[in-house]
Amino acid sequence: MRARFAGFAFALAIIAGAASAQPAPDPALEGRLKRLESELRCLVCQNQTLADSNAPLAEDLRREVRELAVSGKSDDDIRAFLVARYGDFVLYEPPVKATTWLLWFGPFLLLAGGALVWLAIVRRRRAVAVAPSPATQESGDALARARALLDDNPLG
Amino acid sequence: MSTRVNWKFALPLVVFAAIVAFLFVGLFRDPREVPSPLIGKPAPAFALANLHQPERKVAAADFKGQVWLLNVWASWCVSCRVEHPLWVELAKAKVVPIVGLNYKDKSAEGLAWLAQHGDPYTLSVVDADGRVGIDWGVYGVPETFVIDKDGVIRHKHIGPITTEALQRTILPLVRKLQQA
Repeated sequence: MRARFAGFAFALAIIAGAASAQPAPDPALEGRLKRLESELRCLVCQNQTLADSNAPLAEDLRREVRELAVSGKSDDDIRAFLVARYGDFVLYEPPVKATTWLLWFGPFLLLAGGALVWLAIVRRRRAVAVAPSPATQESGDALARARALLDDNPLG
Repeated sequence: MSTRVNWKFALPLVVFAAIVAFLFVGLFRDPREVPSPLIGKPAPAFALANLHQPERKVAAADFKGQVWLLNVWASWCVSCRVEHPLWVELAKAKVVPIVGLNYKDKSAEGLAWLAQHGDPYTLSVVDADGRVGIDWGVYGVPETFVIDKDGVIRHKHIGPITTEALQRTILPLVRKLQQA
């Protein structure tokens, strides 16, 4: 057990050493790449970002993104580069355009629909409360009869 | 009064039917098939080495004037083996040139793979680092493109080809484009 733990610690040390041996030149660039990669989708493992994925294609695309960034391309240029090849699907946040209107505004449409239904129900309830229904009149009559009976009580 | 009530009772049913319709259609769609934005656009240019004669460069423009297929394959790709017999068969019929894009492969292994399974390709080009694959929007091997006489991509098939896809979609499209 102890030997295994020592082996594990040794392996960790090696991994840490290898990681720190990687050149880390420009923290600003690294931060920018990290942010950009986390808003791009890996096409192979669709629910992972480019930053998270270990798929070979994701590695290639990260390399491509890095090279474009180093060559002075803007974030928008890089996004356009990927969209031209893989479509809007690579973007985690799809652009607002005719084909995505329903996607963007659909929830608000549903909300508005729900509000209309709610308003209709409230209005109807209020109308019922203002104009007493035959049912309430009936119960009112019953109440009057009951009161009359009570008043007639000879013990009273 | 009664018509109003009917309409209100029908509304949830209509909403339910709409949801069922959407889900039903979604059931038969493959979420892995991302529609390519390259359909209807000029095929991305490349200048790559011929797998069999590495000293010779092949360009996408070399195929202008004819309808051709670009099939992305690799020796490490398991589903390429599934579709491969169909390409070998199609190659025998000589209806359309099939160009292979040997994607992220070692040339020696690619050549050995073709020797073992048969070579249906008019020629294969070497995309060792996958850059041309990225230009073509390749994200899963195998993929197949249909390119027309003007060098415009007209169709993309993602994943291994099937007899059905060939007979129903690709070959009719090829014939139509060849007559155009």
